[in-house]
Amino acid sequence: MNIINLLKIALKALSNNKMRCFLTMLGIIIGVASVISMLAIGQGSKQSIKSSIAEMGSNMIMIMPGTQERGGVRQSGESQQTLKPIDFNTIKENTTKIQALSPTVNSSGQFINGANNYPSTVFGVNQDYLEIRKLTVEDGAMFSDRDILTATKVCIVGKTVTDNLFPDGESPIGKIIRFNKIPFTIVGTLKSKGYNSMGKDQDDVVLAPYTTVMKRILAIDYIQGIYASAITEDMTDDAITEITQLLRKNHKLKDEAEDDFTIRSQKELSSMMSSTSDMMTMLLACIAGISLLVGGIGIMNIMYVSVTERTREIGLRMSIGARGKDILSQFLIEAVIISVTGGIIGVILGAGSAFIIKFALNWPVIIEMYSVLLSFAVCTVTGIFFGWYPAKKASKLDPIEAIRYE
Amino acid sequence: MAKEIIKIDSLRRNFTVGSEVVHALRNISFTINEGEFVTIMGTSGSGKSTLLNTLGCLDTPTSGDYYLDGISVKSMGNNERARMRNRKIGFIFQSYNLLPKTTAIENVELPLLYNSDVSAKEREQKAKAALEAVELGDRLYHKSNQMSGGQQQRVAIARALVNDPVIILADEATGNLDTRTAFSILILLQNLYKKGKTIIFVTHNPDLAKYSSRNIVLRDGKIISDEKNSQISSAEDTYKSLPIIND
Repeated sequence: MNIINLLKIALKALSNNKMRCFLTMLGIIIGVASVISMLAIGQGSKQSIKSSIAEMGSNMIMIMPGTQERGGVRQSGESQQTLKPIDFNTIKENTTKIQALSPTVNSSGQFINGANNYPSTVFGVNQDYLEIRKLTVEDGAMFSDRDILTATKVCIVGKTVTDNLFPDGESPIGKIIRFNKIPFTIVGTLKSKGYNSMGKDQDDVVLAPYTTVMKRILAIDYIQGIYASAITEDMTDDAITEITQLLRKNHKLKDEAEDDFTIRSQKELSSMMSSTSDMMTMLLACIAGISLLVGGIGIMNIMYVSVTERTREIGLRMSIGARGKDILSQFLIEAVIISVTGGIIGVILGAGSAFIIKFALNWPVIIEMYSVLLSFAVCTVTGIFFGWYPAKKASKLDPIEAIRYE
Repeated sequence: MAKEIIKIDSLRRNFTVGSEVVHALRNISFTINEGEFVTIMGTSGSGKSTLLNTLGCLDTPTSGDYYLDGISVKSMGNNERARMRNRKIGFIFQSYNLLPKTTAIENVELPLLYNSDVSAKEREQKAKAALEAVELGDRLYHKSNQMSGGQQQRVAIARALVNDPVIILADEATGNLDTRTAFSILILLQNLYKKGKTIIFVTHNPDLAKYSSRNIVLRDGKIISDEKNSQISSAEDTYKSLPIIND
């Protein structure tokens, strides 16, 4: 008995019952289509979260003053003054795992240019900040080391700020704007980055030398934070350990004392965010998987009824020379054809609906090869698994009784 | 001396129903030679179905021996017997047992599909030849449910012939047909007999005995008579003498 003949027999038997065959397939089709589209949506949202986090900066590490207890009262991190420019210098001089480092101090207030004004935040940073946050200067130039040293009143503005202060579209380079009555000369503009995934406008920003913000605006001698960028993503954890050691030494903390600063990394944030979306994906896939299982049970159900209904046919086939294993193969092949064909249609339908979602709802959607292969494999296994029992039953029939079955 | 196709030697077949043992066949022996047309007769319960199942390699005897075409069937497993049925036996059933919604030629091809030695081309040729032999050469692609009972039985006979079996086993082959159609089938079987085919016809209708060359009668699992018939009535003559009913 060769496989081509078996396929022929199985296809013939299926085509005699097209409607039933299609209805059985429907369970598998819906199951596979939902698995494919759910995974596509899950993967898409995960990818978009990842890329928006990556957009925030490159292998970013954020060092903030930590909470501290003073006389039994726990103070909020923001009011701490534990990070000093000296800390920044220590890290800068001793680090081996960081490629860019910038202190940060910021102040919110009203920017004024003639009759136009706009509320924004000025970030006091150094040149490395551009690299850390993946910003680029579009027009003009970044301020220089000399500007930092002398606390020059220069700034670089984001697109949103430019648009609001210069609504006529004139070039802002060289113009003077005021922040809390302090005049700043604009030396450059930033290339637009648009909104991030949390809906924050990344162009609503003004950068100035950190020394300027510290001395001329806030009149403080501490910094509010340090941004750093690890050389590679894998080095992030090592870099954090290194920074921790340096800062603890600088702050003369005893071994048992807790850190008076906190360090967050982009990697941490990214894994936190993607674990949420991973869980969502899992959940969606589970629901879809259950519908695939139900589809499989549908196959078993129909095949089981079909064996009883076709008892005489089975008896006839046996009496003209079909062996038990020929009958078994026939029913198994029928089940697999149903499930695999259903799988193919399901994949097409699933991919189709994923694209409809992509274009109609503008959701990020990614169809990964593994989800297609996975649902295909599951389909075939479902067909064999759920087809096996009815097929076995058919092959065990006694031809003498089967041929006379009414 | 004609070749022995079937040799049965002190055949017994017992069934256990509950705690009782039913003796369906009690010590039966006979041989059938090539080219015989044998009717096996008996009332229901006489053991003729059991005998047919045994002859058709669907069942194995409890004791005794059965040789089909010189091969002992008794010790064969399920798969070997399936092979025997496929290569050596042609079955004709009372209720035709054609596959539904399937064309005549596909039905006839069926036994050859289970024989991997036969190519697709050969299969089609043989099926066509078999259908032509039963005068259905013009209905190759009619589906089984579009044909009359007589035509369906002819397709079934073609299916029995297609693998060129050493023996044709007919189980009440005319039982479901009206008299005229039944005789037309009988004519067909007589023609096959004249061509040298070995046919075993199982029936409970004693009127059919005179159309065969030998008649075995069973009762209670034993042979009560086994007679050669040298004067075979022509089924064709009877067919012609039948009144044609027009209504």
